[in-house]
Amino acid sequence: MRPTKLRAMAFVATLAAVPLAACSSSSSSGGSAASHPTLTYWASNQGTSLQDDQQVLAPQIAKFTRETGIKVNVQVIPWTTLLTQITAATVSGKGPDVLNIGNTWSPSLQATGAFVQFTPTVMSQVGGSSRFLTGSLSATGQPGKPPTAVPLYSLAYGLYYNKAQFAAAGISSPPGTWAELIADGKKLTRNGHWGLAIEGGSVSENIHLAFELSQQQGGAFFDTAAKPTFNTPQNVAAVKQMIDFMQADKVTNPADAQYSKGTEALTDFATGKTAMVIWQASAGSLAKLGMNPADIGVAPVPLPSPLPPGGKTITSMVAGINLAVFKDTKNMSAALKFVKFMTSTPEQETLNQTYGSLPTVSAAYSDPAFHTPAVTTFRSILSGSAAPMPGVPQESNFETTVGTAIIHLYADAATGKTVTSAMVAQALSLAQQQLGG
Amino acid sequence: MVDTIRAEQPVAASAPSPPRSRRRRRELLPYLLLLPAICLELLIHIGPMLAGVGISFLQLTQFYLSNWRAAPFAGTANYAVALNLNGATGQALLHSFTVTVFYTILVLAISWTFGLVAAVLTQRSFRGRGLVRTVFLIPFALPVFASVITWNFMLQQQTGAVNRILLALHLTRGPPFWLIGPNSFYSLVIVAVWRTWPFAFLILTAGMQSIPADLYEAAALDGAGIGAQVRHVTLPLLRPVNRVLLLVLFLWTFNDFTTPFTLFGSAPPTQADIISIHIYENSFVSWNFGTGSAMSVLLLLFLLLVTGVYLAIGQRGERHA
Repeated sequence: MRPTKLRAMAFVATLAAVPLAACSSSSSSGGSAASHPTLTYWASNQGTSLQDDQQVLAPQIAKFTRETGIKVNVQVIPWTTLLTQITAATVSGKGPDVLNIGNTWSPSLQATGAFVQFTPTVMSQVGGSSRFLTGSLSATGQPGKPPTAVPLYSLAYGLYYNKAQFAAAGISSPPGTWAELIADGKKLTRNGHWGLAIEGGSVSENIHLAFELSQQQGGAFFDTAAKPTFNTPQNVAAVKQMIDFMQADKVTNPADAQYSKGTEALTDFATGKTAMVIWQASAGSLAKLGMNPADIGVAPVPLPSPLPPGGKTITSMVAGINLAVFKDTKNMSAALKFVKFMTSTPEQETLNQTYGSLPTVSAAYSDPAFHTPAVTTFRSILSGSAAPMPGVPQESNFETTVGTAIIHLYADAATGKTVTSAMVAQALSLAQQQLGG
Repeated sequence: MVDTIRAEQPVAASAPSPPRSRRRRRELLPYLLLLPAICLELLIHIGPMLAGVGISFLQLTQFYLSNWRAAPFAGTANYAVALNLNGATGQALLHSFTVTVFYTILVLAISWTFGLVAAVLTQRSFRGRGLVRTVFLIPFALPVFASVITWNFMLQQQTGAVNRILLALHLTRGPPFWLIGPNSFYSLVIVAVWRTWPFAFLILTAGMQSIPADLYEAAALDGAGIGAQVRHVTLPLLRPVNRVLLLVLFLWTFNDFTTPFTLFGSAPPTQADIISIHIYENSFVSWNFGTGSAMSVLLLLFLLLVTGVYLAIGQRGERHA
């Protein structure tokens, strides 16, 4: 009797100890060794796969460790979960030391107060703000406040077009106005082949294009007091224009309304199923998808002709990735050293060349790799006709509510319902109400 | 029992303490064995649930994420927003709730019916019955993500297997959309039924094992066919099993997050806006955790109400029987 009871007690004690042991072995961000700390770095998915990013970053990280003795534990986070993981890290206080963020998230993330603010003192530790392109630096936080992150990769939207298919259809140059694009698209839409591919199921692709078209119409999604102004005639016209590619102009395949993974429209373009796509700088991805480089042409996104009253010659939003540091990091100086390394001229040249994006520091542009026609086009777009997304704290709510509303409008158009301006206005009005509760 | 104890005491009169302490240890043992489970339950389920209820009374947006204890007290404002049927948020929540109720009722009815029919048909032993039962259980045994993502590929409009087959059989003229538009609701129901009916089949088969065979023989002697046997022998005797099965299936299906999320992603079509995804969107996607928590609490209250009413009616039925 007694030995069995002792065994039972021991069993119970072991069971009780297991969760306690698990709790105490929770991982901490950053090492305890003062001389050789380990940084945790959350990288975003810039390449064609998570493994691809690990392979691109590994030699650069090794170089950093050789130079400074600081080890870096790199985790590549997919876009579908990056914002959620950043949110969780903000709430729990347990996160990485350094991380990539989408630059349009900067104003919202700044409002959480969880990130190091790059005041002039901090900025001087990573090389000073004058090294960065003005355009890239404009999308790093709320206006009037210090940047909440430094720009790492710069991207802009361009109109990619298939030179071979254009030549075969007798079109000599890429469209400069929307009317020309629709005419070209109609010529190229036949027999299962389409003129323009759209990632209609993706929140970010939809909202970026809606913002660009709204700027061209002279519209704005927030007023100067940061209050939402979604349901305006200009914004309605911009969104209606997007839906009309599919339902009225018929240059976009209705099946594109399902494209939500962030890769399908570009793949359709790379495999020759569509002749045009509006996408961020993607030289690296197109090469990996097997497209013949001679067929790849890029031009600025078209403009309306004539430009509506109040309309701006904006063909892209300031896209890009910023590098941020968590305020709660235990390795502040090591983290800032890593930021300085990643934004140093040699690293900017190497990484942006691999990813096909644009360096955020002006010194890197002396590298001949960035003198190709495509890069020159994107650089002029970024410096001449790009505007940052609204720099308000509710920016990510705006992206999600309006982007999702556009997804549903595309689904309606694809399944046979006619989307009218009134329906667009109502969708934008409902999205705005969700912001104000 | 009592007499035996009284009889024991005079025998052990020389050493009174060991029996009493041994008895106390014996009484404590079940509670000690329960202790780890209770601790884990509090830590993993009850604790976070109470934190969620607490958050529903706060105005927790991105401004207070890094210091959520400083979030301003919102009282019942979040609940007012969620229940205000004149506002966009309240209307969307009601729509999502309605869709989820229809979805749950359909999936429950179809899964249970399929499960019962399959259980009845495989009741009597035949050659290959084991294989048939195994094949029936496969959808339930497969990992959710893998099976539902396969359905996502099959339901794609241009490249999916479903449309290829439909077009080959000339059942439709143009390939229909299954993941957006009005069909999306039925796609979700079909995938959910595919995953759920094997569980009903399993439970009903197990329940039917305890029905004695001579009851069926007696019914057959009285001239009852299979339908009548099911109605008069099987179903009444399965009532306790059915009561639990239907409740579990209802709660599982109503709360299902993985199936719609894997099938549609985080922006589901309005026709298939299941409430668990809707609440997720209102929390993580729009960073308004206060409102999301309030919606979760409302959902919890609704499910508790349904469960309570269901069990009360069932108990009354038992008493009358």
